[in-house]
Formats: sequence, C-alpha cells, structure tokens
Amino acid sequence: MMEPGLYHLLFISAALFFIGVFGFFTRRNLITMLMSIELVLNSVNLNFIAFNKYLWPNRLDGLFFSIFVIAIAAAEAAVAIAIIINLYRSHQSIDVENAEEMKF
Amino acid sequence: MSGSTIIFYMLAALTLVSGVLAVTTRQIFRAAIFLLFSLIGIAGLFFWMQYEFIAAVQIVVYVGGITVLIIFSIFLTQQAGDLLPKQKIGRQLFSAMAAFCGFALTMVQLYQHSFTQTTDQPTAPTVTNIGNQMLGVEDSGFALPFEVVSILLLAAMIGCIVIALRSKPAVA
Repeated sequence: MMEPGLYHLLFISAALFFIGVFGFFTRRNLITMLMSIELVLNSVNLNFIAFNKYLWPNRLDGLFFSIFVIAIAAAEAAVAIAIIINLYRSHQSIDVENAEEMKF
Repeated sequence: MSGSTIIFYMLAALTLVSGVLAVTTRQIFRAAIFLLFSLIGIAGLFFWMQYEFIAAVQIVVYVGGITVLIIFSIFLTQQAGDLLPKQKIGRQLFSAMAAFCGFALTMVQLYQHSFTQTTDQPTAPTVTNIGNQMLGVEDSGFALPFEVVSILLLAAMIGCIVIALRSKPAVA
C-alpha cells in the first residue's frame, strides 16, 4: 500500500460525496435524505482541508471555508428538522411522495 | 508501512463503510448511528491531518449536535421498529449507476490533473492563528463572513422557532 497523500484524501472525499448522492436519489424519507446531504457537506469539508494541507499550507483559507460550511450546515439541519416536524404534524408522514400538494 | 498509514486506512475504511451502510440500511435509527460513525471517521481524518481545531469543531457540531437532532426527530416522527419501505429495484439501479458514473468521471479527471504545490512557508493551523485571522480586518481577515454567518445563524434560529411553533387556534 502507498503512503497516503492528497489523492487518497480526494478519493475518500469523492467516494463519500457520491455515496451521499446515491442516498439522496434512493431514499424517500425526509430524515434519511437530510442525512445524505450531511454526508455530501462533510465530503466537501474534507476536500477543503486536504487542499489546504497539501497544496496551500501557507494560508488557512480552506480551514475557514470548512468552518463556515459547518456553521451553515448546522443552520440548514435545524431549519430542515423544524420543517420536517411541522410536515409530520399536518400529514402524519414524512415521505416525500405524500407531500405533493404544491406539485402542480 | 508506518503506524500513521495504518491509521489512515482504518479511518478511511470506517468512514466509507459506515457511509455506505448509512444510506442503504432499512432501519432508520441504524442509519443515524452509521452516520454518526461516518462523521467520527471524518473527524479522525482531520486529526490525522493535524488540523485539531476543525476536528474538534466537527465532533462538537456534527457528532454532538446534528446527529442528536436527527435522532430526536426520528423519535418524534417514526414508529419504533418500522422498516423503511423497499425501493423499486430500477430506481436503485439507476441511482447506483449515476453515482458510479459521476465518481468514475471525477476520479479520471483527478488522476489526469497534476496539482502544483506552493513553496511558501507553511502557517501552522493553531488556535492563535485561526483566531487572529478569523476576526482580522486586514487583507486575509474573515471578519465580514464571520458577521454574516452570525446573522444567518440568528435568522435560522428564529426561523426554526417560528416554523416549529404549534399555531394556536384563532381567537374568535
């Protein structure tokens, strides 16, 4: 096995991104779709930190970008869960197929 | 093969295997727990890269915050022991193919590209440097995005309360 470097981290990050995309396509439950989005956001963070460490270690910009991504992800998760709980109250279900009043 | 390499591959395997299980298991609570392990694996990778601050933030915000939030919302919205409904095999096949093609395309692009590394003196990602740059207003300071994110978090907090508030019956 090779010594791990930038390409290994980018491989993990890309794999995690597409695992999240797969979950987003297949899942039909809103909470599990939210989990897939969290995986995607985390892979982006990993990418930022890897580039920061291996290509531009003189700046800390990648680290700051991932701090802001984490903050926005936290806000997004909180709002999404508030919406999900509200939807459950009105529809008794959080399946995306059942929430289609505004579809047409 | 050094210990660092072994730890790297173990963390990578933890992250990817629990990520796959989190999107494929049919028990939603297990999906949340696998997501937790995947996020811990990523925090471990941050520790492995010696970015301790971001690893701590990852553990506090994701593992301690978002996963707990997700688990609570599972308790509020799901019946215990229910399996998620089975998906159509066609949809799963198409999704897997789309994800795999995207992944293959990305990796092909990646390995054809050669990155150029900077030769400047590295800045250590210590808490002092991070704090100085986070609140700095000079050329490379991040004071303005910091304030914008503060406003965004406040707006999201108020928005959550307003959305999740049980609306009172209209007063006659």
